[in-house]
Amino acid sequence: MSSTNNSPSIISISGVTKTYATGFKALKEINLDIERGEIFALLGPNGAGKTTLISIVCGIVNRSSGTVTVDGHDINRDYRAARSLIGLVPQELTIDAFESVWATVNYSRGLFGKPPNPAFVEKVLRDLSLWDKKDAKAITLSGGMKRRLMIAKALSHEPRVLFLDEPTAGVDVELRQDMWAMVRRLRDDGVTIILTTHYIEEAEAMADRVGVINRGEIILVEGKAELMRKLGRKRLVLELRSPLTAIPDAFSRYALELSPDGGQLTYTYDNQSERPGVASLLRELEAAGIQFRDMDTQNSSLEEIFVNLLRQDP
Amino acid sequence: MNWRAVPNFRAVWAIYRVEMARAFRTVLQSIVSPVISTSLYFVVFGSAIGSRITEIDGISYGAFIVPGLIMLSLLTQSISNASFAIYFPKFVGSIYELLSAPVSYLEIVIAYVGGAATKSIILGLIILATASLFVPLHIQHPVWMLAFLVLTAVTFSLFGFIIGIWAKSFEQLQLVPLLIITPLTFLGGSFYSINMLPEAWRTVTLFNPVVYLISGFRWSFYGKSDVSVGVSLGMTVVFLAICIAIVAWIFRTGYRLRN
Repeated sequence: MSSTNNSPSIISISGVTKTYATGFKALKEINLDIERGEIFALLGPNGAGKTTLISIVCGIVNRSSGTVTVDGHDINRDYRAARSLIGLVPQELTIDAFESVWATVNYSRGLFGKPPNPAFVEKVLRDLSLWDKKDAKAITLSGGMKRRLMIAKALSHEPRVLFLDEPTAGVDVELRQDMWAMVRRLRDDGVTIILTTHYIEEAEAMADRVGVINRGEIILVEGKAELMRKLGRKRLVLELRSPLTAIPDAFSRYALELSPDGGQLTYTYDNQSERPGVASLLRELEAAGIQFRDMDTQNSSLEEIFVNLLRQDP
Repeated sequence: MNWRAVPNFRAVWAIYRVEMARAFRTVLQSIVSPVISTSLYFVVFGSAIGSRITEIDGISYGAFIVPGLIMLSLLTQSISNASFAIYFPKFVGSIYELLSAPVSYLEIVIAYVGGAATKSIILGLIILATASLFVPLHIQHPVWMLAFLVLTAVTFSLFGFIIGIWAKSFEQLQLVPLLIITPLTFLGGSFYSINMLPEAWRTVTLFNPVVYLISGFRWSFYGKSDVSVGVSLGMTVVFLAICIAIVAWIFRTGYRLRN
């Protein structure tokens, strides 16, 4: 096996670009490392390049330039080793409708070169509540069951990395909860999970780290702890009656910002702390004769960060 | 361990098995309908019209058309089996799994073309058995007969595989078999000897690759052929080589698969 198995990153993407024959640049110079055993959420609006990136790593689409390694195996030179580590659950429900559940899951296992293991396939189907449907043809399954069947196919060959492309798109709440529970179980077994989503709550609930992709570029990669810190922040915005030229020194202990026109004072604070200091700030402002005509508080949610990032991205 | 050196036989077997399973699932379409249409050819050409044509090259007309009929089915079935087998997953999108699997291009071709060719060879043998109910058959060169059968099935399954990858719609999938293969087969001497044609048309016919397939195949039955058997074999191998080259190019460039 590879000598690079101790490297912290299981997937290493460097300088990857993709330009389609139409001239459309789907990916511009992507650099991204996925750490072993983490749940990584790739966020981005529709058409940002999420699926293209996943398709390149999985070998479905040829990249225009750059390199990708999976557990140290180059996806071209060592494609067998690289691909045998990966399970992919694509966004679209694409199954041979006339195959039985049992046949199609065993087919997937064979396709990835694994010896038959009925006990393991049974366990996968039981875990996904598909066991009693094992003889049913895929065409007879409900949408949620088809989604689970796609997951069963991906898990049938015991992958070390699982890609879930928009796993909960069009999935009901109950199934979504089940799926999240399953993803956590897999992670506990040491499987690295990369999920793409445009549901921010999904990324918040699941991910260890979050990457944001927009117009073919990764514009942010951050740990969830860091994001939670941002999530936990709140802003108090005061509209002043008369503009200030500068923030008085007496208020230096507060993290205050003055708008360029001097008419707006913003106080950013941690709303999870015991003493956020809002009350004392307001008392002290009054004492100093600084009057305001309106006030507003804002949460900086991941959603807001996300939207702002996309807006800033020219 | 050098992964590149380890062929994924399990994947070849998995694909091959699925392809064969589909044939048995659609037994009516795959097996029964060609048998019925072959029987109809015998009734119409062999009995109704054939009774007015006495013999060609000393062979009764009914027996004369057997190799051509088998070739007709072999060509069309090889193409439709293989083109459908690879087009269908492209159409429904399940091709993602094949492309993301640790399978080499060669293994993909062996599995799909092997599956399609096996089905059409079985079909050819069924038609042969059906034909023997209508006319007395004797096969002079059984080994060569099988060789032509296998070679043709493989070649045209490869050709079908190419069509399946090239096609962007079901219409395109039908286009080549309908507009090119069927006319070429009918004009390739399935129902007559090309020696019966006027000289000018005979020359034109020699540009039809199907002539060589049918002629060679008929030789393996009756020891008589329109063109020499060496040329027949040579032309079949040339066509096989062209198909292999195109498939190799498709996979090297990712044409309509990975773009």
